Amino acid sequence: MLKYTIRRLLGMIPMLILISIVVFTLAKLMPGDSLSGEIDPLNTNPEYIAEMREKLGYNEPLPVQYFDWITGFLQGDFGKSTRFKVPVADVIIEKIPNTLFLGVMSLLITYILAFLMGMYSGRKPYTIGDNAIAGVNYIMLAIPSFVAAVFAIYFFSFHLNWFPFGGSVDILVEEGTLDYWFSRLHHVLLPALVLGAMSTASYTQFLRNDIIENSRKDFVRTARAKGTPLKKIYNVHILRNSIIPLVTFLGFDFAALIGGAIITETIFTYPGIGQLFLDSVTSRDYPTLMALTMLLSFLTLAGNLIADILYGIVDPRIRLD
Amino acid sequence: MTGNYTTKKTTPLLQVRNLQTGFKIDRKFYNAVENVSFNVDRKQIVGIVGESGCGKSVMSLSIMQLLPNGIGKIRGGEIDFEGLNISELSDKKMNKIRGKEISMIFQEPMTSLNPVFTIGYQIEEVILNHESISKKEARLRSIALLKSVGIPRADKIVNEYPHQLSGGMRQRVMIAMAIACQPKLLIADEPTTALDVTVQAQILELLKDIQETNDMSIILITHDLGVVAEICDEVIVMYAGKIVEKATVDELFNNPKHPYTDLLMKAIPKMDEDVEKLATIDGLVPSIINMPQIGCRFANRCPKAMPECLTVTPQLGEVEPQHEAACLLYDESWPAGEERQREGVPVL
Ligand SMILES: Nc1ncnc2c1ncn2[C@@H]1O[C@H](COP(=O)(O)OP(=O)(O)OP(=O)(O)O)[C@@H](O)[C@H]1O
Ligand code: SF4
Ligand SMILES: [Mg+2]
Repeated sequence: MLKYTIRRLLGMIPMLILISIVVFTLAKLMPGDSLSGEIDPLNTNPEYIAEMREKLGYNEPLPVQYFDWITGFLQGDFGKSTRFKVPVADVIIEKIPNTLFLGVMSLLITYILAFLMGMYSGRKPYTIGDNAIAGVNYIMLAIPSFVAAVFAIYFFSFHLNWFPFGGSVDILVEEGTLDYWFSRLHHVLLPALVLGAMSTASYTQFLRNDIIENSRKDFVRTARAKGTPLKKIYNVHILRNSIIPLVTFLGFDFAALIGGAIITETIFTYPGIGQLFLDSVTSRDYPTLMALTMLLSFLTLAGNLIADILYGIVDPRIRLD
Repeated sequence: MTGNYTTKKTTPLLQVRNLQTGFKIDRKFYNAVENVSFNVDRKQIVGIVGESGCGKSVMSLSIMQLLPNGIGKIRGGEIDFEGLNISELSDKKMNKIRGKEISMIFQEPMTSLNPVFTIGYQIEEVILNHESISKKEARLRSIALLKSVGIPRADKIVNEYPHQLSGGMRQRVMIAMAIACQPKLLIADEPTTALDVTVQAQILELLKDIQETNDMSIILITHDLGVVAEICDEVIVMYAGKIVEKATVDELFNNPKHPYTDLLMKAIPKMDEDVEKLATIDGLVPSIINMPQIGCRFANRCPKAMPECLTVTPQLGEVEPQHEAACLLYDESWPAGEERQREGVPVL
């Protein structure tokens, strides 16, 4: 398995190079550069702007610029955020824990909800309960996440006052205390619920259908013939089989979640990678944007790899080598 | 190979009486098994033969109460196991019988085992379901069981997964699982159909050995009369959900009565014959939806059919001592049949 992982990691290198070229080219093709976003052309000396462009290397031939950027990138120098005037790495590292926290929480919510509902529906298909679950799920699937987010804020924050409107933590509490962590949890819950509910529907229905399919398999009949109680057959024999496809989703979800967080974080003004991404677009902070895009691409590739490795772990029929 | 058909002083191990099992198709029930009655004595091997679709599996799943939930249902009759009617037991009570008193092995060894659990886990499960022993003891038992069914390297195989074994080996695992709690009755539903000819013979021999050492009874379902001749004491021939003939093996092979049995006999492959020339019976078993309600269900394929066969339903009755058949040719209240049989003139 180690050999397999190393081989796959090496295989990612050409992909990442290709992606970096695309990212770089796209960034250059975008109208304007960081100077046109930050500086008011009406009251700044055009010569100064030209000088700055020269200094930042914006006049070099593109391949040279790419080479400069990529060598820096490989050494961990992602450039300087033109918006915050600090290294991009610092900006990203500051926001990453928030997004990870949100991502993990929403995954947890998705999995818990989907398992509870999917297992019930799969065991009792075509009953009222199953239909009700399907109904709720399809409604959740049909409502766009930004609409859900706005409604959630309106009801739970504004009307009921259960959750804060935004941010990731109460600024008044002292870092590291129990109150601090509680406040973070309090802040993350609503966005995580909205983000988590988004994929719950597909997970639930997938699990339900897989359980129904597996319950018709011959091995279930064998287990019944051994005198195994039905409950154990569902919770052990069938579930262990139905978990296999679900676990492989986990890898893909990881990258998808951060993508999904862009909208959710922005609406909830939750300071994470997603919000940073959108802000960087509007302020033409290309160094940050490029680094973030590379990060997302890497996460997608890594997610695929994790999915495949998990597959090899949970399914004894798959051998990774 | 003589069955103990005559010496039935004690109650038989299993008594099936007037079993009717149906399936719900488009909100209507159709019987797949109708009026089936037979006994299985202790230490007896009863063979059940018949073509595909004649209700053999449905009959055996009825005994185990493993019919597809909500679709298949026992609609009448009794199944007495050691004097207790098990056809009405709750699932919880049935779980105490399944795997402990009555076990079952199936036709498809490739799919009958759970692909994500080790062989050891799956054998231990049946033991732990019925006995309160430690996991460690159960593991030792399962290794011993694997050895007893002729699996080499049993101490390694317990940790392997089903996909690592061949079909014959998996069927041996199924057998090990089925006999783990020393059941009194083993139902083997076409245990060798999916296997190579040489492996088939080995598995049958194994079943016969186990039957003898464990003093177990076996219901052996097959569509191969050759298999029956080899190990059974008694044979039941089924057609379209009904029993059409029932006799001891010797009696049936020496003196087949029902035209359907006759045709099945002709279909037994002989070693010196080309397999391609194997006689098959023309036509198909009627599906349960299109089952003729009166007359003989075999009439449309029977070479000896008479006009009455379409209007009079033959009943299972004794045609020789300890030999029953359901055919108008042997119905005494139907003399026309006897005559035609002598002339041997097919009428339809
Ligand atoms: N789940 C089901 N739903 C509807 N009909 C069924 C179902 N299972 C079996 N049947 C019907 O019951 C009849 C008997 O089927 P059964 O499986 O008992 O045949 P069999 O004798 O075991 O055949 P084979 O030799 O192919 O195993 C068939 O006509 C079949 O179509
Ligand atoms: S009753 Fe008639 S059709 Fe049926 S088996 Fe006998 S002769 Fe053939
Ligand atoms: Mg069958």
